Amino acid sequence: MNLSFTAPFKTSKLSIAVLVVSSLFVSPLVFAAGGGDAPEIKRQEWSFSGFFGRYDKAQLQRGFGVYNEVCSSCHGLKLLSYRNLAEKGGPEFSKEQALAIAKEATVIDGVDDEGEPLERPGKLSDRFVPPFKNEAAARSVNNGAYPPDLSVMAKARTFHRHVPWYTEPYYWLYDITTGYEEKGVDYLYALLMGYKTAPRGVVLNDGMSYNTVFPGHQIAMAAPLSEDAVEYADGTPTTLDQHARDVSAFLAWTAEPHLNARKDMGKRVLLYLVILALLLYLAKRSVWSRVKH
Amino acid sequence: MSDHSSSYEPSNGFTRWLDERLPIMRLMHGQFIDFPTPRNLNYLWTFGAILTFCLMVQIITGIILAMHYVPHGMHAWSSVEHIMRDVNWGDLIRYTHAVGASMFFLAAYIHMFRGLYYGSYKSPREILWILGVMIILCMIMTAFMGYSLVWGQMSFWAVTVITNLFTAIPVVGESITQWIWGGYSVGDPTLNRLLSLHYLFPFIIAALVGLHIWALHVVGSNNPVGVEAKTPKDSVSFFPFYVIKDGFAVIVFALLFAWFVFYAPNYLGHSDNFNEANPLQTPPHIVPEWYFLPFYAILRAIPDKLLGVIAMVAAICVLFVIPWLDTSKVRSTSYRPLYKPFFWLFVITCLALGYLGAKAPEGYYLLASQLFTAYYFIHFLVVMPLIGMIETPKQLPDSIAEDVLEDTSEAEKA
Repeated sequence: MNLSFTAPFKTSKLSIAVLVVSSLFVSPLVFAAGGGDAPEIKRQEWSFSGFFGRYDKAQLQRGFGVYNEVCSSCHGLKLLSYRNLAEKGGPEFSKEQALAIAKEATVIDGVDDEGEPLERPGKLSDRFVPPFKNEAAARSVNNGAYPPDLSVMAKARTFHRHVPWYTEPYYWLYDITTGYEEKGVDYLYALLMGYKTAPRGVVLNDGMSYNTVFPGHQIAMAAPLSEDAVEYADGTPTTLDQHARDVSAFLAWTAEPHLNARKDMGKRVLLYLVILALLLYLAKRSVWSRVKH
Repeated sequence: MSDHSSSYEPSNGFTRWLDERLPIMRLMHGQFIDFPTPRNLNYLWTFGAILTFCLMVQIITGIILAMHYVPHGMHAWSSVEHIMRDVNWGDLIRYTHAVGASMFFLAAYIHMFRGLYYGSYKSPREILWILGVMIILCMIMTAFMGYSLVWGQMSFWAVTVITNLFTAIPVVGESITQWIWGGYSVGDPTLNRLLSLHYLFPFIIAALVGLHIWALHVVGSNNPVGVEAKTPKDSVSFFPFYVIKDGFAVIVFALLFAWFVFYAPNYLGHSDNFNEANPLQTPPHIVPEWYFLPFYAILRAIPDKLLGVIAMVAAICVLFVIPWLDTSKVRSTSYRPLYKPFFWLFVITCLALGYLGAKAPEGYYLLASQLFTAYYFIHFLVVMPLIGMIETPKQLPDSIAEDVLEDTSEAEKA
């Protein structure tokens, strides 16, 4: 009697819980509301996002190609060493390939007998050689602008969703439960795809380009990518979208080089904790069954 | 409570020898095995153990980080990246430390709200509560100094904004600020003293935690009913009952902790801190970490700088005197029908201030911060004293055993 009364109540509670949790995984586009002057940056699918996320080796190799042939003429990667290119969890070039890439760079190392600086080709242990000697040199050839280092750029940028305030807690939960760590990568992708002709009435300053995503819409970097800008050895179509995706993924790796190892270990740690929690719960129940509480 | 006799029996020659010289085993046995603990504690009482766990995690990961960190304006930021890239499992150690700070505050805030709801600050637990407020004050300072060490844009400008608050002090403000900086602006000397103090403070916290536990073991735990444990029937021994319950809770908490460390390590941080500190470029929005947002909202709600600083400091320091501001004799809010809605209004106030702390202080946001700041103080200074005087609380059970066992005949049997 008592049971039959409580059972439906319990199921309804459960079904509400299931509804709430499952709604977290429904695309939150329902709430997307147009806001202000900045366009909505969209969450992209990345091979390395979420619980099962891992870098796609081939994509990182293509992305390095785009960086090397396009970005590297102005942007450095000062936190990376050439050896990183051959390490596990990254583009995983062979040692020989990485060494060949390193050798293309000229490193100033030590002095000769007259005290003049010595130059030598790069080694695997060298940090990436920056494209300019210093900030002034960079500004002088870039119309006064300073191209920033890209090592952690994929984590140094973000964007804000334009949603009504009462839906924000929903997005926090959604982002946490889905492990949304790629806001910066999504921003980079949107920026690379955001070059448009300036709308009528917008006057651009000398040397500036119009970008829908960049704050203020005027960016000193001219559209760096275009269709077929870089050749791909693996036969992947060389569209603008593909270039932008690949180089964004590559920069995600440079910003977070140990992501694969971290997520692998995370699964083992969580599994261990779940089992331990279960055992402790059973032990707790058994201990407390001795007394009323 | 502390004078209950320990049932410790040295089991061999060595422990007998030790017991006669330093009865540390006897002390531990009495305090963490036999210790009588109310039988009706709910899971909110597990946060003491969770917080001890958090402190230990922070100290262990922090000591390792300090082995690799370089406290110099030119190298600090890159040394953090060096830890993330080149130190074995350095990214996990650093993420555990960074996420750990958030988890520490999350647990501390739940622990504090639990104390507020169940009146754990009331006689005879005033000293216990005051020690707790001292711990949270030290935690706030430690977390702030630790965040600054990253020496990213947000670190640097947070230090600049917060140390500049001292200039609000009349007459001597300027001198005090320069004394704190060790120069005429935030720089190398500042960074070095921040590291020195960031390393020192956790041990002060650990000492305060020791006193906190000592004070707890003198008066005993409060409980959800708020009636003191009187007879042995009201209590169970700490081991195994609460050791196993606390252990389970710590592991469940560790699951949440691990989720953030492994799958959302940067979610609670700020992207601007991945840009190296640049004294010449102010970030568009200077926001503290989430756990400081309510206090930041209070600071900015008041247009006058000095009054804003006073309000922010008062928001924490008012907690020191609430044992005497609350006039109700009843501890547990469950038995206080008139106070209960005000308690929840206070919780909403804190959450709202946290939300508003992240927004620009203008328009409706500013107005809302001012209203909630007002209620924050009204709650302690007006609601707490007044309601205690006019409220008729619900009938309290005579004892914990009576409440747990529902009818007295069973209580007598137990």
